[in-house]
Amino acid sequence: MGETLTIVVVEEDRDRAIAIVDALKDSCACEVFVIGNASGLARRIAAHAPDIVLIDVDNPTRDMMEELTLASGPMERPVAMFVSGAAGGLAQAAIEAGVSAYVVDGLAPERIKPVMDTAIARFAMVRQMRNELAETRRALEERKVIDRAKGLLMKARGIDEDAAYALLRRTAMDQGRRVADVAEALVTASGLLG
Amino acid sequence: MRLVSLPTAYMPLVDAAPLILAQEMGFAQSEGIALDLVPAPSWSSVRDMLAFGRVDAAHMLSPVPVAMAMGLGGVATSLAAVSVLSVNGNVVGVGRPLEERLRAAGHPFDFADPKAAASALAAVRDRPIVFGVPFPFSMHVALLDYWSRATALGADGIVIRTVPPPLMASALAAGDVDAFCVGEPWGSVAVEQGAGALLLPGTAIWQFAPEKVLAVRTDWAETEPDLLGRLMRAVWRAGRWLADPDARATAGEVLSRKAYLDVSPELIDRALSGHLTLSSRGENRQVARFIEFHHGTATFPWRSQAKWIAAQMAALHGADPTRTTGAARVFRADLHRMHLGAAGIDMPGASEKVEGSIRRATPVASAEGDLTLLPDAFFDGRIFDPARA
Repeated sequence: MGETLTIVVVEEDRDRAIAIVDALKDSCACEVFVIGNASGLARRIAAHAPDIVLIDVDNPTRDMMEELTLASGPMERPVAMFVSGAAGGLAQAAIEAGVSAYVVDGLAPERIKPVMDTAIARFAMVRQMRNELAETRRALEERKVIDRAKGLLMKARGIDEDAAYALLRRTAMDQGRRVADVAEALVTASGLLG
Repeated sequence: MRLVSLPTAYMPLVDAAPLILAQEMGFAQSEGIALDLVPAPSWSSVRDMLAFGRVDAAHMLSPVPVAMAMGLGGVATSLAAVSVLSVNGNVVGVGRPLEERLRAAGHPFDFADPKAAASALAAVRDRPIVFGVPFPFSMHVALLDYWSRATALGADGIVIRTVPPPLMASALAAGDVDAFCVGEPWGSVAVEQGAGALLLPGTAIWQFAPEKVLAVRTDWAETEPDLLGRLMRAVWRAGRWLADPDARATAGEVLSRKAYLDVSPELIDRALSGHLTLSSRGENRQVARFIEFHHGTATFPWRSQAKWIAAQMAALHGADPTRTTGAARVFRADLHRMHLGAAGIDMPGASEKVEGSIRRATPVASAEGDLTLLPDAFFDGRIFDPARA
């Protein structure tokens, strides 16, 4: 015990990586390396001989990590995804927070837990921020489409903006659809009709 | 009737069609269920979502549940492969540098002869050829390994590396991989991007390779038999619908949607029709049974198929060979019979066959007496007898 843990974080986004690394360093005696989504990922990770590897659940390069579970060379240490016994609940929490952890064979659970607690909290925060950003973008996109649909209706029917929106909303309610979907259908149809 | 929502994970590939079309064409609804289709960014993610209960069913590489039962890979939850979703559908291709060398050496790119293709590759290589595949536990790896061992390539003449298909073009450009084995649409995408040329369809190596399975957790299969039956029937009917050539245009249009594969219907139709474009020079080939969702009792999870996969995995990864028989039991021929046989769907009399022994369409004993198995030969003519495995 007391030895320094070596942790590798696979993360392309620099700001996000720094936030995660800082949090980890505050929580445990550990050395943390960051690797981007480069090819040859498995080899580059193995070169650090990490105790724990953390990677975003949504990262498509995760499948490269699977090769690490097969490491069988004399200098290589096999890793397993973090699922065993008492740690099972933690693994579930980790998946929900959006982080998957690969842990070297034989590492004691009490050494893993503080790292995982920190990683889970940090990844959850990052994920929430990302979701909020995506939601904001989507809302903006939808508003643009609704504005265009309103414009089309105002021109075609000679009505004002409020009446155009009321018409969109009434149609949406009648059809059990979202206003944005009705607006999109209208914009698409109008594009086809020329 | 209120529909029961069933969260189901899939990778956005052409062979996810039975799940996507089961939902989109109303086969799920007729069974009183709604598939809540969750696209996954990686195969690890599909497996984890299923293993940890985020979803109840998944589109999965056929070797994954077998490998998990053998203790390979990171996760150990017991999974059941209740149906085969698709047979065949992979392509082997080479990057531009290898393509140019093969052409210079006179290789015809006939997309048909695995022995000739292997000899041609062996003649132009100056080091082991690095193949990119989507996942370590996959039919892609099994087929490449089988092909290399039985040809001039040799098991030591190739190196297999995991590269997620969306990154394959850049891995080829960077020289990290020389060649690839992927499922559609990724082979055709590589051709469209000018990243490489197609060398062989998977079916040239094994004529009837179970590619993807419908997987559920074993305990879920036991506690939710009614839901499982409904899911299996809906997916089986979608596969039967997909086998009708008239369905192709609709299937391609639905799969191409942004929410699913987000590639052009034309590209998807290449796999569905078996009419593939091999390179940026525009060579075309028609491949019989390039991908099969229904005919030849394609959905039946033969124990012998799982045993072949287990034997391959054991040889590749040095796993304990005594675990292969147990691992083969994850192909649940029993559940397939129970849930689909009860719906009047004809089932074969046996649960194992001698893999590689069927050379032409053959009628076999079945419950209704009206079942035909399709050719399942390996390119080198060998057979795999499950009784001796």
